[in-house]
Order: sequence, then C-alpha cells, then structure tokens
Amino acid sequence: MDLAIFERLRLQHLATELNAIHAEWIDDDRLEEWPELFTDDCIYKIIARENHERNLSLSAIFCDSKGMLVDRIISLRKANIFPVHSYRHILGPTRIVSEHELKITAQTNYTVFMTRADGRTEIYNSGKYIDEIDCSGERPRFTSKVAVFDTNVIDTMMVRPI
Amino acid sequence: MTETALRVSQNSDASKVAGYRVPYRVFTDPEFYRREQENIFQGETWSFVALEAEVGEPGDFKSTFVGETPVIVTRAIDGKVHAVVNRCAHRGALVCREVRGNRPNLECIYHQWAYDLEGNLIGVPFRRGLRGQGGMPGDFDMKQHGLRKLRAESIGGLVFASFSETVEPLRDFLGPIVIEHIERIMCKPIKVLGDQRQHVHGNWKLYAENTRDPYHASLLHLFHNTFGLYRSTQTGKSVMDASKRHSLLYSIAASNDDAADKQAYGDSRTFDTEFKLQDMSLLKGRQEFDDGITLVILAVFPNLVLQQIQNTLAVRQIVTKGPDAFELVWTHFGYADDDAEMQAIRQKQTNLIGPAGLISMEDGEAVEIVQRAIIGEMEAKSYIAMGGGRAENADHLVTEGSIVGFWENYEKLVGYGTMS
Repeated sequence: MDLAIFERLRLQHLATELNAIHAEWIDDDRLEEWPELFTDDCIYKIIARENHERNLSLSAIFCDSKGMLVDRIISLRKANIFPVHSYRHILGPTRIVSEHELKITAQTNYTVFMTRADGRTEIYNSGKYIDEIDCSGERPRFTSKVAVFDTNVIDTMMVRPI
Repeated sequence: MTETALRVSQNSDASKVAGYRVPYRVFTDPEFYRREQENIFQGETWSFVALEAEVGEPGDFKSTFVGETPVIVTRAIDGKVHAVVNRCAHRGALVCREVRGNRPNLECIYHQWAYDLEGNLIGVPFRRGLRGQGGMPGDFDMKQHGLRKLRAESIGGLVFASFSETVEPLRDFLGPIVIEHIERIMCKPIKVLGDQRQHVHGNWKLYAENTRDPYHASLLHLFHNTFGLYRSTQTGKSVMDASKRHSLLYSIAASNDDAADKQAYGDSRTFDTEFKLQDMSLLKGRQEFDDGITLVILAVFPNLVLQQIQNTLAVRQIVTKGPDAFELVWTHFGYADDDAEMQAIRQKQTNLIGPAGLISMEDGEAVEIVQRAIIGEMEAKSYIAMGGGRAENADHLVTEGSIVGFWENYEKLVGYGTMS
C-alpha cells in the first residue's frame, strides 16, 4: 500500500478512536478522566451555530486550559445543582480536514441524547466537532475541541461536556 | 443558621404571621396564562424586545416575541426602530421567518403581500385583477391593511414595545431607579457578543420571582457564595420603583469579610472553603464601574432582566411558552471600545452565566422543581415572608420584599380569582 495512504488511514484511525473515547468517558460518567484527553493549554469550546456563523465569540462553555476542564468537573460534582441525567453520544465518521507534522484538523458530526430521571430519552444537542489533534506524542490529544451545536435552545441547562 | 430556620418554623402560625401568599394555581392554570397574555403582555405594560445594537442599520430586523405573540423589530429607512406583529394582514401567515437579517421591506411569502419596514402595506399582487378579472374590491384601502403596529420606544439602547395606546410613557413606566441603572450599564456604545437560548420547563413567573430574590442567591449557588461573588452578608440593596413592579438588586463584593461570612453561613453547603479552582483566571476581572457595584440584577416588569455579574453584561428576555414553560433569551454584550484584554475577560466570564453558567444554571432547576411539585394544586399557596412579607425596600439582602412587589402588581393586572 502507498505509504501516504497508510499514514492517512493511521491518523484517521487515531482521530476516530480519540473521539470515541471522548464520547465514551462522558457517557460513562468517567468525567474525572476526561481532561486527560486534552493538552495542558487546550481550547475547549461549546458554541451555538447561531453565534459561530456570525463570527461571534459567545460560547456556552469556553475553557482555555486543562485546569478549566478539571474545574468544570469539580464544579459539576461539588457545586452545581441540576436535574439527574445522563448522555449518550452517537458519532458520525471522522474526516481529516488537514494534516501538518502529525497535527491534524478533523471534523465529526455528533448527537447527544439525554436521559432524565423519569426514563425519557430525548435529543439534547446535535452538531459537529471541529478538532485539532496532536498525534506526535505517545498518544493523541486534543489541542482544541470546538462543538458547534445546531440545537439552539438548550433544554434547562448544560452541565456536562458535549 | 439552621437553628434560626427551625425556630421560625416551630413558632409560625400561618394565619397570624405576616407574609404574602400566592396561590400555586397561577403557575399551572391555562386560564391565568390566557389572562396574563391579555392583561400583561397585550395590556398596559412595556415589554423588552431588542437591543438597538441588534438592529443597527436601516433594514435590519429581528424576530422576537411579546409574551407569546410573534413580533418583528425593524430599523426603518428613517433610522427609527419599529415593532410590528409578525402576522400578515391578509390571512395571518408569518411575514418574517428568519431570526434576523436585513431587508428593504417585509414580504409575506404566501401571496407576496409586501410591507415597508414600519409595517405599512405597500404591495398586493393582482390587486386590480388580471385581464379584467378578479382583484381586490374597489374600495380596498391599503392604509387599512398594514401589519399591526406596536408602540416602540428606547432608553439607553434598550427597545421596549407596547400593544397599548393608553399605557404611560416608557420613562414613567420604568421610573427613575430603573432608568438610572439602565443608563449606568448602557453608558457607552455596546457590542453584541452573541445569544443563548434556554428552554425552562416551568412557569415564567417563577423566574420573575427568582430574579427578585436576593435570599436564594447565596444559598442555591455555591459558586456565588464560596468565591464571594455574591453573599447575603455583602453591602447591597433590594429596592423597587415607586409602583413596585420592577426590582433592583445590587451588591458590592469588596464588602466581603471571609471570616465573618464563614460564621454567618455556618456549615451551609454553599460556603465551601475546600472548593478551589485550578485555574483562577476565570475570576480575574476588572473594575469597570466607579461605584464598586459588582452585581446588578435589574428585573424589569414583565419580561426583562438586565444584569452585570462581575464583567458579564447581558439582557435576559423572558418568552412565555404556555403555563408550564418559557424560553430565556440571553443576549450578552460588551462595549464597543473594549480592548483585547477586556474582550478576553468577558469571553472567559461568560462561563459564569447562561444555561451552562457555573453560577446561573441552578435557576433552571429551581424553577422546575417548583413546577413539578405544584402540579394539579388548586388551593394551596406559597408563603413569602423573609424581610417582613411586605413590598418594602431593603438596604440589606435578607429579604423577599421585591417578590411581593411583583405579586401586588400581578394581582392588580390579573387577579387571583378564578372565572369558574
């Protein structure tokens, strides 16, 4: 097989797997481990498509360090009050948009279903991830993850990462 | 604190103790919802509809709501802001189907009836028929068939609209305290940073209570209390306009005394000295106002909250969605002359507010747990007595006086009696 194609498939596999782990750890409530998927100086942003497409900065959640991700989770566990709920992510295929020296940009469609304490499952948030992933280290990590969501009305609150 | 709470409940004989009571039925009964639409949102009030900055240029429009009624806010060629009902004068279709945009005029797609940006009918296809056949009646008068116009007025770049021809002027409706605090925040040109939309499964009046309630803020919101953004021990006030329909709540974080505050809150869940942030940059702000006020919640009857929390500035518009739901539209803004550092501070601090806000997300849950608990209740009433149970101003933050003010106005406009 052509080496370039092989390398491309390898990177695609790494990006797909990283997103799968990201979804799995959130859905399985392994939130304390979730920041480990990011670099220390990462960007993590959840932004409405309505704002993103107008080039407006306002995000539902905006973190610019791994420390802020940890703080979000500690806050969720200790500070915030919210309805009991869980997530289930369904991911579309991950497409590598560009690659430069093992730093890749990738896009993945996602849908998050939310199940509340009454047992009902509803579509909570749907959109796409725009990721920057560093594959040069021992294991790949997000240097940036931006979730641009179509579901413009947030149902009650947003406390878990998307 | 826990002891005090117990003592009050043991001694309170509900019928003798001062306090205000609201029948839970007003939060669930469709009859009250219908009367509110008529007597409040379509009645003698002004509702917030837009920031002027959202319709900055002639031709700009924004779709929004007054109560549940769809409304379009436009800036016409004359530079003035107008508000019209988003319903074609022909057969009732939505004229404007987008959230926002810019257009030379408003055109209904159904039969292409066209209106200018002030809502005047300017075009009706086949009005005189085709080849001598059909057409509108000879006495059809375009002037009689415009979009329904609301009165629209602005103060400090906030646009309010009213269905009433007889409502008092906006400045009188708001009163000097509200105007002073609108103008304090809207002191220079603003820049809109974006919108957030939050669907809450509860009655809109539970949110009106919530935003007039300095009592809950440090007890529900751990973030507020632990980091001293807001504590009931702070220097602050909970005051109303003369009519008592609006509420101004403000506090000054520089008045915190961590040791004394710790004692006041005892072992309260929300005063947690063990809770630390890894990245404290979230709370690094800048003093923007000389008065030292770090938190303003200006609840303007019936549908607006104008807020400053640290360096976050926003309007929250309440849109009713039936008796048991409302949508909260947050429009965040900064100032047009914000430098790069200030823009970064605001972007980071938006983590504090909105539907994902570290200090505001709890309010959605607070509203919903009331709504779920009062379902089907036709007789029982709430009990509002903190601070004395009367609609009185307080120069402290241990009061529910402004909530009573809201309800006295509600009683005047809607009443608590039932039709049946």
